[in-house]
Formats: sequence, structure tokens, C-alpha cells
Amino acid sequence: MSSLETGIDITKVHDDDHAHHEELSFWRKYVFSEDHKVIAKQYLITGIFWSIIGLGMSVIFRLQLGFPGIDMSWMRPILGQWLDETGKLDPNFYLALVTMHGTIMVFFVLTAGLSGTFSNFLIPLQIGARDMASGFLNMLSYWFFFIAGVVMFISLFIQTGPASGGWVVYPPLSALPQAMPGSGLGMSLWLVSMALFIVSQLLGGINYITTVINLRTRGMSFNRLPLTIWAFFITAILGLISFPVLFSAALLLIFDRQFGTSFYLSEIYINGEALPNVGGSPILYQHLFWFLGHPEVYIVLLPALGITSEIIATNSRKPIFGYRAMIASIIGIAFLAFIVWAHHMFVSGMNPFLGSVFMFLTLIIAVPSAVKAFNYTTTLWRGNIRFTPAMLFSIGLVSLFVTGGLTGIILGNSALDIQLHDTYFVVAHFHIVMGAASAFGLFAGVYHWFPKMFGRMMNTTMGQIHFWATFIGVYLVFFPLHYTGIAGFPRRYYTFTSYEFTKSFTDLNAFVTIAAIFTFIAQFLFLYNFFYSIFKGKKASKNPWQSNTLEWTTPVVPGHGNWPGEIPAVYRWPYDYSKPGAKEDFIPQTVPHSQTPESNLPHENEEIAIEKDIEAQNFNDQFRNAH
Amino acid sequence: MVYIIGLLTLVFLVLTVMVIARLRNVVKGVNSGTETRPENIPSGNSWNANLFILFTIFSIIGVIGTYIAAEEDFLPAASSVHGRRLDDLFWFSMGVLAIPFLVVNFLLFYFSYKYQYKPGRIATYYPENHKLEIIWTAIPAIVMALLVFTGWRAWSDITSEAPADAEVIEIVGKQFNWIVRYGGVDDNRLGNYNYKLIDAQNEVGIDLTDENSLDDFTNNTEIHIPAGRPVLLKIRARDVLHSVFIPHMRVKMDAVPGMPTKFWFVPDKTTNEIRAELGDPNFDYELACTEICGRGHFAMRMRVIVEDEASYRKWVSEQKTFLQTYPEYLAKVPDNLKSKAMKYLPENPTAPATAPADSTTAQEAGAVGVGASASVR
Ligand code: HEM
Ligand SMILES: [Cu+2]
Ligand SMILES: [Cu+2]
Repeated sequence: MSSLETGIDITKVHDDDHAHHEELSFWRKYVFSEDHKVIAKQYLITGIFWSIIGLGMSVIFRLQLGFPGIDMSWMRPILGQWLDETGKLDPNFYLALVTMHGTIMVFFVLTAGLSGTFSNFLIPLQIGARDMASGFLNMLSYWFFFIAGVVMFISLFIQTGPASGGWVVYPPLSALPQAMPGSGLGMSLWLVSMALFIVSQLLGGINYITTVINLRTRGMSFNRLPLTIWAFFITAILGLISFPVLFSAALLLIFDRQFGTSFYLSEIYINGEALPNVGGSPILYQHLFWFLGHPEVYIVLLPALGITSEIIATNSRKPIFGYRAMIASIIGIAFLAFIVWAHHMFVSGMNPFLGSVFMFLTLIIAVPSAVKAFNYTTTLWRGNIRFTPAMLFSIGLVSLFVTGGLTGIILGNSALDIQLHDTYFVVAHFHIVMGAASAFGLFAGVYHWFPKMFGRMMNTTMGQIHFWATFIGVYLVFFPLHYTGIAGFPRRYYTFTSYEFTKSFTDLNAFVTIAAIFTFIAQFLFLYNFFYSIFKGKKASKNPWQSNTLEWTTPVVPGHGNWPGEIPAVYRWPYDYSKPGAKEDFIPQTVPHSQTPESNLPHENEEIAIEKDIEAQNFNDQFRNAH
Repeated sequence: MVYIIGLLTLVFLVLTVMVIARLRNVVKGVNSGTETRPENIPSGNSWNANLFILFTIFSIIGVIGTYIAAEEDFLPAASSVHGRRLDDLFWFSMGVLAIPFLVVNFLLFYFSYKYQYKPGRIATYYPENHKLEIIWTAIPAIVMALLVFTGWRAWSDITSEAPADAEVIEIVGKQFNWIVRYGGVDDNRLGNYNYKLIDAQNEVGIDLTDENSLDDFTNNTEIHIPAGRPVLLKIRARDVLHSVFIPHMRVKMDAVPGMPTKFWFVPDKTTNEIRAELGDPNFDYELACTEICGRGHFAMRMRVIVEDEASYRKWVSEQKTFLQTYPEYLAKVPDNLKSKAMKYLPENPTAPATAPADSTTAQEAGAVGVGASASVR
């Protein structure tokens, strides 16, 4: 479409508000769209689809754990051959469900659904850009994700079942089709799907980084960026560095599976046959996997923390406390995230000296994380808090982040990890700190930016009830799992009836299952609210939360190019809430200091002088340059 | 246990009721239109603030109550020397961490309540305070240093080289059971192995060309270990990853195909002692698998029997060696060791001369697997 405009006199472009753009066909507008807002919605809807599947799976295997041997015949239409004659879940399928649940939740829901949605939606809007640096790559990114999803989805229905070796798919289990049915075709599809997914992440990541670096509007210096953008920016860098390593890990695994190489295989005797492979190391795979795997937990968490920073500041009507410390801690966490991976491998047989090193590095991460938690709490202090659903979920996120983060300090201690590794203590820990916390970030983001996405409001009361049900539900599900972990219950167990030491806690396990079902059902409140409000919600105003950031200066439903006229310039940081002397309790980023003499701090009066310079700057407008 | 359910159900119920009450209230509010809040303040603002206080109260009760109820079902005090050290360290760390857990969560909820929207109030513009920030960066750093230090000391002791007098036992994981191998009724030294020698009988690939292998014996239901003396587990896996987990001993180490691992510890409570202590005559130590390994991962149970030195020795001396169980494997013993091997055969060897059908293939395999034959000593 863009080639048409080449040669148009650039000073006249935009006077007519894009009237010259010919109407796009339905396909180009809603399906193969290059508009970041549409792509964001595509990510969101796809993420929601996958979360229903992923969470539904957890309910099924949770039923088996809470009520061992429960008759699931009523689900035969869905589960079919995976139930035996008496309606019991097949142990292989239990593992398949756990694996798919983990893969789907981590990659498809919280990586693509969270980061994909909000990086796409907010980066151009909050930095003042017309769109992403490359709309085309952005579109490709979504469609690679989509195809990855299709491949994974198909793998659910094949005869031998989907990949079943846990979401980490450690070889040799995942490398040898004879080791379990899921390591056959299902595993191949898993690898193909993940390879596509990684391509999608890389295309997206390059775009996010380029856009943030190059397309900020006039005056939007790095120290005026909202913390959301800082978080997305750093997350994209994390992904760009770590995903290729997973790609190589997957590639070598494909070689071992298909071409008889021995990267991960050595001295194996299976099914009455000694394999010829010698010299490989399963530990190598673990190193490669966790080199992505650990940053991955921050890839899902940092965007959630960025979203939370923004929402807490807006709804406390206060500047975020310690803006610079927040940026520093994001960068600190991101850097450390690369050098702690082997804390997942303390008892893998790797050299114990490495264990000491990684314990030390891991516990350092607690420091920037603690700073973040303290800063959020202080932001609430002496605020004037509005409990929008987004705000509630943000506060919930901080609580979960603290609770789950603290047990991480236990697990990061290599000595203590001896007993706790691969027990339910780990399951409790990572569900709270990464699963639930990031999911809360996703909810918070949707409630907060829904008006900008769809031009309508979601129902507040329903959102509040959804929050309380989810918040209570999450704690009821995952807090008790610490107890079973301390009692030594290993994870990825089909049932706890084979050992004496796991015969206790049967009531507790039943209780957790019931709480999980409750929590799961509560999510339908959100679904209803979401889809109903898209069509029937109350019409939104331009800036319903009285927020400072740039996206709220666009029309209620921003069109192609986001701002009808010129992109606004930015004169101040995004957190001028409740500034003493100011007429209102918020001052948008677009208001120059020269217009607010009553509330300027001494050093800000100096900034008035450079306002002219900001205005004189290059527009940095993609539409100004022939495109 | 009943208490846990009781308490949690209570929390659950009360909050559900609250939510429903809130819902009805909103419906009423809509009808009567009594609220006089500005447009930008979400409906039910003070309700939500109050709920944070309720949530705090109920969760404090819930956490303490469920903890007390759950504690009975935790594992008994560790039955190994390093295990008790880890227990102490664990509860010490949990104690330290409970403080920020309670304080930060409390402040978070309390501030939410206290600073809820009030008409006319203006929030305090408070963007930073360097002193405060330095303090709360330094405190976690110091606490972490303390925890790292104690953890590191424990970790280096636990992973140090096993003492020379350790009883060496080999444990091999396979889909889906464990096999232990002992150094033998006489020499107490484990012979070499080679994965290419594995077959239906020789499940761990004992290499009978090694003199030390001749009196080795295996067991795939029970592992006996002596109390009061270091025990060194030589761990390996035949097919996929497994992980040795002895919960009561606080022992865990992965079993990796192609890369032998090890773990040593000092069990110091015999099975009989702990049975008496717990008042449970049927109690048994158990060994489990904690690395996903396939369909039977959840059921790789092995009984662990901890005995005093004398009865352990007695048990060892009564075991049937591998050659005794499968005399046909004499064919794989080289000629110079045959006489020695005869000693470990049953009284009337059943035609040791007739070589088993697969002996040639096995020998061939043994030759191919140079370098792969490893010593476990
Ligand atoms: C209703 C909510 C959820 C429930 C009840 C639930 C339950 C569980 C349980 C019980 C397991 C362990 C199963 C086993 O080890 O045998 C598990 C595994 C896992 N869950 Fe969830 N989960 C929920 C939501 C989430 C979310 C939001 C995430 C996102 C990060 C997530 C990520 C994972 C991962 C990565 C695993 C590990 C899979 C593996 O062991 O390979 N879950 N889940
Ligand atoms: Cu990690
Ligand atoms: Cu196993």
C-alpha cells in the first residue's frame, strides 16, 4: 500500500488525515494486517484461546491428582483413547497433559499472549510512533506464532500423543521414540513448533528493539520512557539473546533424533538393545535449555512488572517511587538472568563447584527484585488509590511476586535444593512467581488498556469480583503445594499412591483440586466481560484513567498511524501525578513545563529553555518520510 | 488434616459470601443511585479497600492454621547427618524469609486500605528518597550474603569427596525400577561394567573379565545400607534420566546415562530405630525417582533398609552372587579367572561349559565398546 505515496509532497501529507489511503481489503485490515494494534489484538485473542486449553488441561490432571483414579468417562468425547475402560486417565497421557500445559502456558500464553500483545500495542503508542519499525516483519512474527500454534495443536490429536517429557523435554527421554509414545511424532511436532515459535519471537524482538531505539517522538528521551517501555525493551533484548540458544538446543536434538548423532546420547541400553551412541551428554542439553529457560521466566515476568509500574502509579495518583531504581533493577535483573541458569541443575550431576557459583549469582538477583517490591509498596504509601480492576490485579501481582520470590531464595540455595528439587515446592514457587504473577500482569494490562484497544470499557464490578476470586483462588491452589513439597512429594507424578511417604495429604490434594476448579471457572467471568464489552461495553472516553502517557492523547479508537495530525512532542516524564501546586492531579507528558509554572520544581524551570529545541527536532515521523 | 480443609473452606466460604454481598450491594447501588463518587473513581472503591483488610486477617489465620495442621505430615527429622543440617538451614532460612513475607504483604494490603481514595485528599508527590533506597538495597544484600555463606558451607561439605571408609554401593536406574549392585560377598569391591554387556539377566552390564566382578551381587527391590558410616552411592542410568531420591535422608542426585554421578551421606538411624521412634512398626525408608522418565516414573519404589553394621555384614554375606544366580555366565569369565570364579557358583554347577547362545555377540560387543568400559572404583 505504501508504495503509492512515494513522491507525494511531504509537507502536505497528513493535512488530510490519511484520506489518501485507499480502504484496505478485509484480509489486509484484520487478518494479514501490518498495523501494530491489530497484531496486538491477534496476539491477545490467540493467547486467550491457548490459555483456555492450557488451563483446562491443568484441571484435568489436577482431577487425577486430587482424586486418584477418578472416573473421567464423561470426558471420553474429548479424551477418547487416553482413558482406559474404567475411565481412568492413562499415565502416559497424564505426562502429555503436564507437558502441554507447561509448554502452552509458558510460551503461548505468557510469552506470546502477554509480551506479544502489550509490546505490540503499547510500544508505538507510548513512545509516539506511527507503527512498528517494520510492519511487515511484525505481521510475519504473528503468523509464525500462529503456525507454531497450529503445529502444536495438531500434535494433540495424533495417535501417539503430544510430547510428554515435561516442558523442558530433557533427552534422552525426548530423543528416543522407544522411551515413551510422546517421544515419537509428538516430539517432532513439538520441536518444529518451537522452532517456528522462536523465529516469531526473534522477528518480534528485533522490531521492538528497533522501534524503541529509532522511533521515539520528539522529546521522548530514554529517561522519559514509561517503565512499561523499559520493560518491553529489555525483555526483547533478553529474548533476542537467549532464544537462539534454545534454537540450537532444539536443532541438536533434532539431529540426535533423526540423523543418529550423539550430542546428548551416550551408553544407552533401551528396549533390549544397546544403542551405538557414545560420548554425548544429556547435561549439555540442560545447559543450553536453561540458558533460555531462566531468562524465559523473566521474559514473561518483566513485561508484567512494567505494566504494573504504570498502573500502580496511575491509580495511586502518585509518581512511581524510584523511577531510576526501577530501571536499574530491570537492567540488573535482565543481566543477572543470563548467569544463573544452572540453578536448575544443582543435582544434575554437574560439578559441585559450579553449584556454588550459581548459588551465589542466583541469590544476588534477590536484591534488585526486592528493590522493585519495596518501590511498589512505597508508591502506594500516601496515595489516593482507585481500585480499578487493573489496579487490583497489579497489587495482587506485587503480593504474588513477593510470596513466590521469597521461596526462590530457598531454591536458589544449592544445599537446600537437594531436598526440594523436583518436588511440589518448586511447582508452588514457580506458579506463584511466574505463572500467577505474570497472568495477573496480563489481566491488569487488559483491564487497563481495553478502552484504548476497543474504545469501550469493561465492567468494573465484574472485574473486581474476577480479581478477588482469582487472587484468593491462586493462593488457595498454590500455597498448600508448599506443604506437600516440604513433605517431599515429587512432581510429574501420575499419582501419589505408590509410596508410603506420599500417602499423607490426600485431603489437601483434593482441596487443591477443588480450588483449582473454582479458580478456573472464575476466569469465565473475565471471558464474558471481555467479549461482551468489545461489542456492548460502555463507550470509553479519551483518557478514562486520567493518565499521563502518550497513548491517551490519541483518539478514542486510534486509527492507522495512531495520531490524526502530528505526533505530539514530549516534555516531561510520565509520572507527574499529584504534583504540588498543579491544578489537576495529573499532567500528561505532552504538557510543556512552560505551561505549568505553578507546579514546576526548580530544576524543571530550566527545562523550559530546551522546549524550543525539542519542537525544532526532526519529527521522526514514519509518515513524513515517504513510505 | 481435617483442620486444613476446615480452615481453608472457611476462608473460601467467607470470601465467596463477601463477594456475593458485594455484588448485591452494587446492584442495589445501581438502583438507588446513592453513591456520590466522581466519575473517575471506580464503583465499590471502599469495598475493595476493606476487602484487603479482610483478606489480610483471613490469610494470616489461614497461613498459621494450615501450617500447624500440615506440620504433622511433614517428613520426620532427617535420618542422616547432613540431612539434619539441611533441615536446620531450611527452617532457619524460612524463618528469616517469613519476615519480609509478612511485612511486605501486610504493608501492601494495609497501604491499599489506608490510602484508598478519599474525596479532597491529594496524594503525596514522593518520587524518590535515596537514603531509603540505599537502606533497602543494603539490607537484602546483607541477608543474602548470610544465607549464601551458610548454604555454601553446607553445600561444599555435602559435595566433598567421600571418606575412604565409605561403603560403596552402585545404583542403576532404568525404566521403571532401580537395581543396586554391591561390591560382593568377599572383596567388597565393585567390578567394572559396560553398557554393551547388558542383557535380560545381566541388567547392569557387569563385566566378568574383571576379577572384582566375580562376587558382585545385585538386588532390584531393596537397598540395604549400614548405619553410622558413610555410604557412597555410585549412580548411573541405563536408558533415560532418573533421579535417586531418599526423602528421609535428604538425598537426591540425578542418574545420567553415560555420566556416572555420586552422592555420599551418613545414615545414622536404622530402620528399627526409626520404627520405634515413630511408633510405626511398618515404617520403611523409601527410594523414589524424581526425574521424569516415562510412564512408570511415579512408581519406581525401592525399599531402603538401614541396619547396624553387624546385621548389614551378615546380610551381605548371605547374598547370592550374580554368578550363583546365573551360572551360565561363567562362559564369559576369562580362563585365568575361571578357577576363582568357580567359588561363586552354586554347589553343582549346571554345565558351565555350554556357552549361552548370546555369548559370542556379547564378547564382540565387549570388544567394540573399548573406552566405554568404565571402572566404578
Ligand atoms: C488453574 C491454574 C493452574 C493449575 C491448577 C496448574 C497446575 C499445575 C500442576 C499441578 C502442575 C504440576 C504437575 C506435575 O508436575 O505433575 C503444573 C505444571 C506446570 N504449570 Fe501449571 N497450573 C496452572 C496454571 C499455570 C500457569 C498460569 C502457568 C504459567 C507459567 C503454568 C505453568 C506450568 C509449568 C511450566 C508446569 C511444569 C510442567 C512440567 O512439569 O513440565 N501453570 N501446573
Ligand atoms: Cu531459573
Ligand atoms: Cu525414573
